Amino acid sequence: MDFDLMITSFPKLLGATVITLKLLSASLFFGLFLGLFFAILRLNKNIFINKFAYVYSYVFRGTPLLVQIFIIYFGLGQIEYLRSTFLWAVLKEPYWCAIIAFTLNTGAYTSEILRSAFQTIKPGIIEAGKSLGISNKIIFYKIQIPIAIRQSLPAYGNEIILMMKGTSLASTVTLMDLTGVAKYIISTTFKPIEVFIVAGGIYLFMTFIIHNVIKYLEKKYSFLQ
Amino acid sequence: MELLAFGKTGWGDELFYATLMTVAVSVTAMLVGFLFALIFTPLKLSKYKTLNFVGNFYTTVIRGVPELLVIYLLFFGGSGAIMYVASLFGYYEYIEINAFITGAVAIGIISGAYSTEVFRGAIQSIDKGQFEAAKVLGINKFGQFYKIILPQMLRLAIPNLSNVWQITLKDTSLISVTGLVEIMRQSYIAAGSTRDPLFFYSFAAVLYLLLTYISMKLINKLEVKYSRGY
Repeated sequence: MDFDLMITSFPKLLGATVITLKLLSASLFFGLFLGLFFAILRLNKNIFINKFAYVYSYVFRGTPLLVQIFIIYFGLGQIEYLRSTFLWAVLKEPYWCAIIAFTLNTGAYTSEILRSAFQTIKPGIIEAGKSLGISNKIIFYKIQIPIAIRQSLPAYGNEIILMMKGTSLASTVTLMDLTGVAKYIISTTFKPIEVFIVAGGIYLFMTFIIHNVIKYLEKKYSFLQ
Repeated sequence: MELLAFGKTGWGDELFYATLMTVAVSVTAMLVGFLFALIFTPLKLSKYKTLNFVGNFYTTVIRGVPELLVIYLLFFGGSGAIMYVASLFGYYEYIEINAFITGAVAIGIISGAYSTEVFRGAIQSIDKGQFEAAKVLGINKFGQFYKIILPQMLRLAIPNLSNVWQITLKDTSLISVTGLVEIMRQSYIAAGSTRDPLFFYSFAAVLYLLLTYISMKLINKLEVKYSRGY
């Protein structure tokens, strides 16, 4: 066991964690809106809109995240037309490509989580709102959405942890995130176990924090107060 | 379409074999995972705190650390570990493990952690009376597990195991970093030599969708079979 290596690699890995956290928070932020948008589309009665949202979530949940990143980073640059638009400024950066891929991926999972949460809301609650003379719009924003978010907290917590692990794939498109730096140190020192312990420890610490924050929120917004 | 032709002119046959490789790695990894689950599920359900800790340590660490990191650990550390064990027996030659075994074991360790959780949940949700009734009827321990508990457990576990299978199938795309030629690696090679990444990666996505779709249909049949009588 090479403790010196563990100590010297710790600050480097901690620095790389910042990129991991940036990727995670950006994709979760955009993904939440995307997920909410598609969850609402899934509940639409129009069969085309409904099917469109279904196909989106099916495709992004049925294919590996790695394929999605590669299509966006290596594939989209191939289209000549895109190179001439302003989008190219975004798509040539691996950082933004990774965020786009993660957002689309987490959006698909989030839409499923929120959809099932919307569907488990008891009709009586909506009827109660209606009988009180509250407009449909307010019922949706003030009653359905808050209940759905509370309902989906445990599942969404899992999704955050899965996404945190997913950001490690950013290292495959040249980004030096926590896994990227860990791989670099492993391949230069050939000490995989030491680096794994430090990098894995940082990931586990983040998992631990996320897990506890979600648990706290679940308690705070519990219906049984 | 000519890019997908079979034979020397296209990539059809290469991608076909790559798909078979993905299926082979996934199935092997799933079986390796069951092996791990077989060891760790009893530990998690054990009465002893130390054994509990070992079981929990495995599932927590593996489920909290990115798959890619586990793969790198085995890819770079696997042959070193084997050589160390071999050196204890007086064998000092260089040993190289092939990419298939590294990949299947790495993904197997990951899928094993998920399978362990599934089996634990399934066993815990079987009514206690079932265990007691089996005991009262004088069925031996072996029969208790294989004839009474296992069939009931499988019914509860299959829907969740189907999720584990889907995760495992998608995780195998990550072992392309070790050089094993499965769908992702083959697409990477084809994309590089034809300069058409968009087509090949999209085709890879279609292949994965096809695999997940087919396996979903097959698992649904299995589910029907095991829920007879409910």
